[in-house]
Amino acid sequence: MNEQPSPTVLVPNDYKSAVKPVWCPGCGDFGVLNALAKAMARMALKPEEVAVVSGIGCSSRIPAYTACYGFHGVHGRALPTATGLKVARPDLTVIVTGGDGDGYSIGGNHFLHACRRNVDLTYIVMDNRVYGMTKGQPSPTTETHWTSKLAPHGTGVNEFHPMAIALAAGANFIARGFTGDPNGLADIIVEGVTTPGFSFIEVLSPCITFRPEQKDWKKAVRPGNLSSTADPTLAARQIFADDGMNLGVLYAGERPPYQPPMGRASKGIDDLEAQFTL
Amino acid sequence: LPDHTAVADVRPRSSLSIALAGSGGAGVMTAGNILLEAAAFAGYYALMTRSSGPQIRGGEAAAMIRISTRPVECLDDRFHVLAGVDWENVHRFAAEIPLEEDGLIIGDPASGEPPAVFAGSGAALLSVPLGQIAKGVPGGRANMVLLGYVAALLGLPDAALSRATGSLLGKRPAALEASLAAVAAGRAAQPADRFISLAAAPATSRARWLVTGNEAAGLGALKGGVRFVAAYPITPATELLEWLSPALASVGGVLLQAEDELASINMIIGGSFGGVPALTATSGPGLALMTESLGLAVAAETPVVVVDVMRVGPSTGIPTKSEQGDLNIALHGLHGDAPHLVLAPNGVGDCLQTTRWAVTLAESLQTPAIVLSDQFLGQARAAIDRPADPPLAGARLRAAPGEDDYHRYALTGSGVSPMAIPGTPGGTYTADGLEHTERGTPSSQAADHAAQLDKRRRKLESHDYGDLWADVEGTGEQAIITFGSCTAPVREALAGGGTTLPPTRLISLRLLAPLQRGRLAAALAGVKRVLVVEQNESGQLFHYLRGAMDLPADTTSLRRPGAQQFNPGEIRRYLEAWGRA
Repeated sequence: MNEQPSPTVLVPNDYKSAVKPVWCPGCGDFGVLNALAKAMARMALKPEEVAVVSGIGCSSRIPAYTACYGFHGVHGRALPTATGLKVARPDLTVIVTGGDGDGYSIGGNHFLHACRRNVDLTYIVMDNRVYGMTKGQPSPTTETHWTSKLAPHGTGVNEFHPMAIALAAGANFIARGFTGDPNGLADIIVEGVTTPGFSFIEVLSPCITFRPEQKDWKKAVRPGNLSSTADPTLAARQIFADDGMNLGVLYAGERPPYQPPMGRASKGIDDLEAQFTL
Repeated sequence: LPDHTAVADVRPRSSLSIALAGSGGAGVMTAGNILLEAAAFAGYYALMTRSSGPQIRGGEAAAMIRISTRPVECLDDRFHVLAGVDWENVHRFAAEIPLEEDGLIIGDPASGEPPAVFAGSGAALLSVPLGQIAKGVPGGRANMVLLGYVAALLGLPDAALSRATGSLLGKRPAALEASLAAVAAGRAAQPADRFISLAAAPATSRARWLVTGNEAAGLGALKGGVRFVAAYPITPATELLEWLSPALASVGGVLLQAEDELASINMIIGGSFGGVPALTATSGPGLALMTESLGLAVAAETPVVVVDVMRVGPSTGIPTKSEQGDLNIALHGLHGDAPHLVLAPNGVGDCLQTTRWAVTLAESLQTPAIVLSDQFLGQARAAIDRPADPPLAGARLRAAPGEDDYHRYALTGSGVSPMAIPGTPGGTYTADGLEHTERGTPSSQAADHAAQLDKRRRKLESHDYGDLWADVEGTGEQAIITFGSCTAPVREALAGGGTTLPPTRLISLRLLAPLQRGRLAAALAGVKRVLVVEQNESGQLFHYLRGAMDLPADTTSLRRPGAQQFNPGEIRRYLEAWGRA
């Protein structure tokens, strides 16, 4: 056995762990996990050089289902955790995952600042327009008139528009995918990860338990209907005419990512001490 | 006011306290910093704190300076000199600047009478035409005239004063030249009589430092290995961050400004998960926002350090004043059973050692550490002996590459399990705030919960913390237990007590959690009664200790809310009364 092992070609399943997901049968998040695994295989990433970071919610369970390093933190704080990790360890590929409640409600402020800061992260939000883990409350993207136990007459509140917010706040890459199209979604994830800076990917991921009507999304989505541009004005025009079912890349900018230099010491600690010595 | 010739006592004093005050823009802080540094250059120990009005910029200000032949890390009971560049709104500092009965008030008659609240103290007035003298110097300013006058009054050598002036103003040659001339004019204006006298500076060969607690804490962080900091600005911790930002960069680290404290704590958790020792600094309101994620760091076993430069609370409280009111939240603010480290530096210079130790412990034990500094320690600038900074053993235990069947949260004997750093082949796992198995897989099983709880408690309780857990001084059948910035006035009260006080032990706790019950009990062996001294309204340390262990039945609490530090005299008087009780 003196032969050198030949370089192993990793397949999507090599990026999945043995942990069984807690998701309901038919959950859209299975497709996102598949697409993520496909995307990593296409990029030939080493699993140990990828970190998947999340907050709380059904979709935030994804890290443990991958074979990568994972961090499953507290509700709403995936983006800061991932930002700290990427700035401290720029050599890693850092992917952030979560849902609409985690990202747009409790974590909304971080979403704004992650877009603005433009650290080289890829943020995949599985949007099902409902809080699934707490069993069916309206989220920021829930339609105004959708009724639930918590809001029997509907929310009466306008829906959040994530892509418009991401564009306005300065995200460098903005796209929408659909879990029912794992290959198309994998393409988008590859493009998001390989585009420097903050990449925001909205994924329509139906909750068949609390929003069974979302099963119809597969008939409603229009793959390739968003046309990629580096012009924010054109992107804005597209997004405000959008009904939420157009798929593809909306915007791919050229803003350089934020990465403060790290690891180049110019002084020793003794030099710092000297300033205090009389 | 009594005529100045009434001042006759010119015994050399080992400690003199001077307050410089004036309206915004009068240059009080510049003059104060130069006076402090001049005293330091002249070989004295010294300390300066500052107080200012509520205005963001341009409000009245006071520099409180103590100069001594012995190490000092707190203000004295009373001030010997109050010197006003002018008197506009200076009455607001009356509570902070109690004057000696035989003290001196120095002011410009053109600014009017000194505020009645000071004039009533019995202090004598020395009138100096500061403005007029300044006018005679091209570019001269009244604050520099006053500085020269006060320095001459104290007998500080010319060379030390010129050197300090150059040290602070040297970057602007024109301003420096005018300032030196104004200082000289102030010196020349001193009266022929001596009013006050400072004992000769001690001869020393030891290196002295001029440093604030916030700077010392920043240096301690770097010496402990911190290379990633994320933080949100907050008074009175901001200077720590502003010192760290360029310092970190120069040693190959990075500081990231977060959008809020929820972000900053999670950013450092992320950085530390990536293998880089990480820290944030904040104050009470920020610590409150961080507590949920500190619980995450406990559960996920991710080392982080939070320096809480405590200010008066609750809520916005008094951001510019000190209080030891965050002890409860630091000890008990986390939900669930979440064992973690709480430390407290007990002096300006000790901020270095304690912060460094906190980083070392957090890294060794893979858990969060909260360092309870406070506004007084953080913002006081002191001329001190080079602070103690012994080498500290301990580092993060890392998993080796290619481990077979890696279990991140393995139930080891010590409770500390090897941590795989992203990038390490064979070590992939998901760090989780959910309760988990040894492998890190989420689990809702009671047995897994019990096992992981026990692991996380065991690693903290079985660690040998050595001698740094407290400063234990003195002998006797009574003892004072205290922490943080209360330590210096207690220490000074005991040192100056002479024969009027029975021998008393001082125990200043540096490690507040986990409480070193055994060591504390040993330090209290033979002690009949205990006094717990702290700066908060409810007696947080007193109740914590009483709840945690058996103390002598005769254990009492001396406490006061913040915004006004204890001084040695009032503690000495309390101890004298306690001695008669």
